[in-house]
Amino acid sequence: MSETVIRASGLSKRYRLGSKVRYRALRDTLTDALRAPARLWNRREGGSKPFFWALRDVSFEVQAGEVLGVVGRNGAGKTTLLKVLSRITRPTGGRAQIRGRVGSLLEVGTGFHPELTGRENIQLSAAILGMPRRELVKRFDAIVDFSGVESFLDTQLKHYSSGMQTRLGFAVAAHLDPDILFIDEVLAVGDLEFQRKCLGKMGEVARDGRTVIFVSHHMNQIRSLCSRCLWLDRGSIREEGDTQTVVAAYESAVLSGEAHVADSKKVQLYQWEITGSQGQEDHRIEQHAPACFRFHAFLPKPIVRGVLGIHLDDELGRVIWHLDWSFTNLEAGPCVFQVRFPNLPLRPGPYMWRGAIFDGGEWSEIQSLIPPLIMATQPIAYTQANFHSILDLPFEIEVRSDNSLETSNQPSHSSLPAMERP
Amino acid sequence: MSDSGAVLSPAPIAPVPVAEIAPRRSWLEFDWGEIWRYRELLYFLVWRDLKVRYKQTVVGVGWAILQPFMTMVVFTLFFGKLAKIPSNGIPYPIFYYAGLLPWMYFSNAVTSTTSVMVQNQRVITKVYFPRLILPLASVVSGLVDFAISFIVLIGMLVYYRVEPRVGLLLVPALLLLAVATALGTGLWLSALNAVYRDVRYVIPFLMQFWMFASPVVYPSNLVPARWRWLYDLNPMSGVIDGFRWGITGHGEVNGFYLLISCAAVLVLLLGGLVYFHRMEDIFADVV
Repeated sequence: MSETVIRASGLSKRYRLGSKVRYRALRDTLTDALRAPARLWNRREGGSKPFFWALRDVSFEVQAGEVLGVVGRNGAGKTTLLKVLSRITRPTGGRAQIRGRVGSLLEVGTGFHPELTGRENIQLSAAILGMPRRELVKRFDAIVDFSGVESFLDTQLKHYSSGMQTRLGFAVAAHLDPDILFIDEVLAVGDLEFQRKCLGKMGEVARDGRTVIFVSHHMNQIRSLCSRCLWLDRGSIREEGDTQTVVAAYESAVLSGEAHVADSKKVQLYQWEITGSQGQEDHRIEQHAPACFRFHAFLPKPIVRGVLGIHLDDELGRVIWHLDWSFTNLEAGPCVFQVRFPNLPLRPGPYMWRGAIFDGGEWSEIQSLIPPLIMATQPIAYTQANFHSILDLPFEIEVRSDNSLETSNQPSHSSLPAMERP
Repeated sequence: MSDSGAVLSPAPIAPVPVAEIAPRRSWLEFDWGEIWRYRELLYFLVWRDLKVRYKQTVVGVGWAILQPFMTMVVFTLFFGKLAKIPSNGIPYPIFYYAGLLPWMYFSNAVTSTTSVMVQNQRVITKVYFPRLILPLASVVSGLVDFAISFIVLIGMLVYYRVEPRVGLLLVPALLLLAVATALGTGLWLSALNAVYRDVRYVIPFLMQFWMFASPVVYPSNLVPARWRWLYDLNPMSGVIDGFRWGITGHGEVNGFYLLISCAAVLVLLLGGLVYFHRMEDIFADVV
């Protein structure tokens, strides 16, 4: 049984381009007023409109207990959407109905005051975020526990390290107990261990049957937390649907780059392509399917004893795989480098190919760098909340109770049926 | 309670709040119930103001007493003993201190309220609550300083052997009038300041001007009678006059003038509310 708790129809938010400026001096308004007749004239002339639509005609519904992810480039209107839904700012048009107690987490440590102590700040922040006093009393110990700053509770916040402030802020936020929660990328803070703790807490919240709208640039967070996804593009919904489809489409649209031609005397890369098992879609490959990467280059001069270097980097720039391949000579003119993988065991996500060609005759000089090539993988099989590793190795696994121990110390693998990964 | 989907869902234990998000249709839509629901936040904001105000000061809360007291001493010396401004038979220290109490409350409240939206910019852009809570908290937290300095006034009354009078009962009502005036002024100025930062430069000048337009350093009967109606359009003149009269019994309180003051407050406050409310929608965008 599901119930619609958020129903947005035609939400729009328009900003005057001028009012995006931090603030105005009275002088500006006066000059504006003086220029008004001129502007009126311009408008009649069809002059430029000083407006900007941060949101345009956004309609969607969220069922109770659903975790909706919102993805999009910077400035696509994600934060504006959250601000409109959490009533921080009013929409210019359209309407939305929200049923339930709303908590919005657009920053960590909302309402903190540096002069107050940790304890006082917990009380203050909780009040500002809308936690009733009697609930705070119940949860105070849990908050302190989660933040890990109990020995500094009566120290002024300004003496805290920024990491401690963040932890305290998140601890308060994590213990809000609204029916509906709006979260804007607050997870990308703190040290690694704390991030993991936050993510774990978020997963808990999500599985708890809470309704969540979650904005993030980390596709893996979106993948592991959200069941459904909204892709905002320049203020409008570009795609909406199950997370895997939308995120994959988003990634391939955003991350697909055309190879810009490297300026080099020795090598010019002018084209590249990926061919998967089905081999049609650019920049996407399927998990556990053969994939072929082909670079087309043009050599103005012949290369003697060349070396082809290829890197496969992940989102964070870590080198996941690397190859230096020596080849013999190549004639001047067009040529093709091709790497074929029978199976590429990667998790879904954005990756980057980097290639370079070295001329063996002149080792010290890198003759040409092939610019970053970016691809997204198209997942076919995936399990939720299991994206913390890099590789998705094909494997066989067996789990059993070993009754043979009584007879033999050597467990035998061969006789058992093995589970194979799809 | 709900317009759709209610058939299947069991009756909720607590009423589920339903928020409607839409462009505002009229500037006069007020939701007073909401302010009441957020009273806890109001309490915490006042509490924060008080906690923070005298942090890292040596004298601490003593400033709430020292400020009006020292000003009273200076006024007594210069305006009283040197310039010999009449005080209608009230001892100078009491005359000035009784005038300074409501005035300083008002002046501090207006000054702090003016900057309240800008100072809470971060919170305003990150979380929703009725914005009216902020100026309300600012106006209310000034009352604590007032109460502290009022204790000193009581001490002075005892010292100067001023008998307690029935008129003292008028003091709370006058204080309410001062609060309303500060709130009305503060609403206008804080909303303006959110958009035009010029306001903060106007404030010191405005407050100085306003003080001389109120009977703080002189008794109001120095004002020519034919200008009294104009003079009493300033609600603070009614408040300060009433204060002195209520405490000492000297001077006069004219019901008609007080009525003018009340009417002026009403206009100021309602106008401030409407303007602030109108700006409420865009605070997060412009602050």
